[in-house]
Amino acid sequence: MAKANGAGTNGSASDGMQVTFLEAIKQAMFEEMERDPAVILIGEDVGVYGGAFKTSEGLLERFGWERVIDTPISESAIIGAACGMSYCGLRPICEMQFIDFIVCAFNQITNFVAKGHYLWNAPAPMVIRGPSGGGVHGGPFHSANPEMYFVHTPGLKVIYPSTPYDAKGLLKAAVRDNNPVLFFEHKFLYRRIKGEVPAGDYTVPIGKAVVRREGKHLTILSYAAMMHTSLEAAEALAKEGIEAEVIDLRTLLPLDEETILTSVKKTNKCLVVHEDTKTGGIAGEIAAILCEKAFGDLDGPLMRVTSLDTPVPYAPTLEEHFLPNAKKVFAAAKELARY
Amino acid sequence: MKKELTRQQYLDLYYYMRLNRAVEDMMVKLFRQNKIVGGLYSSLGQEAISVGTAYALEKKDWLAPMIRNIGALLVKGVRPRDIFMQHMAKYDSPTKGKDGTSHFGDLDVLHIVSPISMLGDLIPVMTGVAMAGRYLGQKTVAMTWIGDGGSSTGVFHEGLNFAAVQKAPFVLILENNLWAYSTPVRKQVPLENLADRAKAYGIESYIVDGNDVVAVYSTAKEAVERARAGEGPILIEAKSFRRLGHAQHDAAEYVPKEMRAYWEARDPIALYEKFLSSEKLLDAQGKKEVEQKIDTLLAAEREFAENSPMPPAELAETGVYCTGDGCHKIRAKWERPIAEVTPPRSSVKAVWTVPGFGSGKGSGGANAPIHFGDTKPAEDVAGNGTRSAKGGKPAGKTPAKVAPKKIVKAAPAGASRKARR
Repeated sequence: MAKANGAGTNGSASDGMQVTFLEAIKQAMFEEMERDPAVILIGEDVGVYGGAFKTSEGLLERFGWERVIDTPISESAIIGAACGMSYCGLRPICEMQFIDFIVCAFNQITNFVAKGHYLWNAPAPMVIRGPSGGGVHGGPFHSANPEMYFVHTPGLKVIYPSTPYDAKGLLKAAVRDNNPVLFFEHKFLYRRIKGEVPAGDYTVPIGKAVVRREGKHLTILSYAAMMHTSLEAAEALAKEGIEAEVIDLRTLLPLDEETILTSVKKTNKCLVVHEDTKTGGIAGEIAAILCEKAFGDLDGPLMRVTSLDTPVPYAPTLEEHFLPNAKKVFAAAKELARY
Repeated sequence: MKKELTRQQYLDLYYYMRLNRAVEDMMVKLFRQNKIVGGLYSSLGQEAISVGTAYALEKKDWLAPMIRNIGALLVKGVRPRDIFMQHMAKYDSPTKGKDGTSHFGDLDVLHIVSPISMLGDLIPVMTGVAMAGRYLGQKTVAMTWIGDGGSSTGVFHEGLNFAAVQKAPFVLILENNLWAYSTPVRKQVPLENLADRAKAYGIESYIVDGNDVVAVYSTAKEAVERARAGEGPILIEAKSFRRLGHAQHDAAEYVPKEMRAYWEARDPIALYEKFLSSEKLLDAQGKKEVEQKIDTLLAAEREFAENSPMPPAELAETGVYCTGDGCHKIRAKWERPIAEVTPPRSSVKAVWTVPGFGSGKGSGGANAPIHFGDTKPAEDVAGNGTRSAKGGKPAGKTPAKVAPKKIVKAAPAGASRKARR
């Protein structure tokens, strides 16, 4: 992964430039706020400070105090207020300083925000975004991958991108969506990867996976930081003659079953790689879908490489052991390929 | 009760209180006939609060009811049939049978936000509604209610504090009916007056006799106009009593007899009738006319509700997501120039400014500026050394006098991490 500088200045015009994951997110917010005055940003330290990771740097300067709102440390108030704003036609973007803190607003999200459209025809067009994931030694409360709490909640959409292009395009799509969208930003990727982002306005459709690498021997399904790990493993596998097809799920809810099934029906083998812990992770759901819809196509068991079923430990030695890596993915894929 | 309203306003308040009670009386009948699907909650004895507060709102204002605010819904323009059908889970109900009780709303016309059963969650939501109204230049006020029990929730604090910080045009009615299910208010809050909490949020508050509808209305009216004028959120504690159990199933035998007797003698409708009669605003004939009007209305509304079908089973599968513009056209209704909130006019210098900072004023007392960088430098930096060794704190903390504003923690590789909590 290319080591990149910190985020550059704000400004939407990137002329097909290489930008960091973080810069892509900043551009998305900047451009959406520029495009639509109904878009506002609300969160802890998002204004004067520009966000704990500087994802909102420069937004207050450009859009002012009414549109970039620094809040008290009150996640339920952030989500609740954004929900109320969305009822009045605004499209708030809520930042959770670290996504770990999203659970402080769990009730507000799962009971208020998510159920409104189903129960009383009240759409809540809002985005809840924040830095997630491990690998940066953030410890048990600054490294979480809490996506599955919300994938289990009808009424929400859940996005977890892996490239700057997708991060920008999906965040813009999320802002324009009429539903509450959770947008997870893997903080390990923030400044470590760069990617091409086109100059003009574009969106990436929510609910569509993408094939990152074509292959015929097995399918590796992954997302976010583990997508890069999976690609790394796929390169190593290729040297041994095993061609893995790597699919980036991008959106976890709704899940793109079609892309998954098409690939697995071709390769007949499926390995799911995620940084989330094992029990209750998306791999289990995918296993169920494959059993229901592609049982006859499988030539081997669904395998998974995930984090351990523990909290995220702090010490680098412990965290490294906790997290999946290319070596673990390689070993599992090799085993699966033998079937 | 002081006379200060127009004749029509006095009579409106009476009508809605009577309608509130009649609607609930009818639902008790429906409940006993097994026509109500779930629980049935009562606001018997608290009608003056729902009616008096909601009557202080303008049509464009927003409200979000709690379970005992049927009266507020009626004042805002909800038809009794909708309330009946909600409870009966009928297809023509506002939620088409997907939810019951007062759990419904109307974003487009009536400006009502639906509650959820988790108490307190409406407070930040209505704060957001209030902030959005201000942002869009609509000059609207948002109002919601909370019970003495609901005031114990964490989100009550988060919401009210945020509303206070934002100076949101928001009015919170703290309906103190002395009982949270079976738990008396003293076991919820160790305060004589729950309105005292307002002081801690730095906001204004009122205490009002919740069984005096004119007092409730006048207080709410003042609060609503102050909030609309930009004075920030206002808390009103309305003191009353929950005359029935938590819901129909609860006989409320835990309530002392004397307490019940005291409040039953202070029935808000009976008290108001006495006042109206003494002020010559209502005579026996007038009272009879109101009763007849309500009877006729509710008979028709009930018939409509009873004739509505149950929702078709497949409806359960629909409506989880908004499918786009064909489903909902979401458009902010701007009542101020958009240029005010778009660049270049929206652009600001992104720094905190502190009134009084740097002006050389004394730092003590109520008018002291909030301290940013103007505290005295640490006097004994060396003294920290001992503590470091013992307490295991990192040594070599940057002395404040050297660089008071540059105490920056080294960021871990690849990510700036902010210490929190």
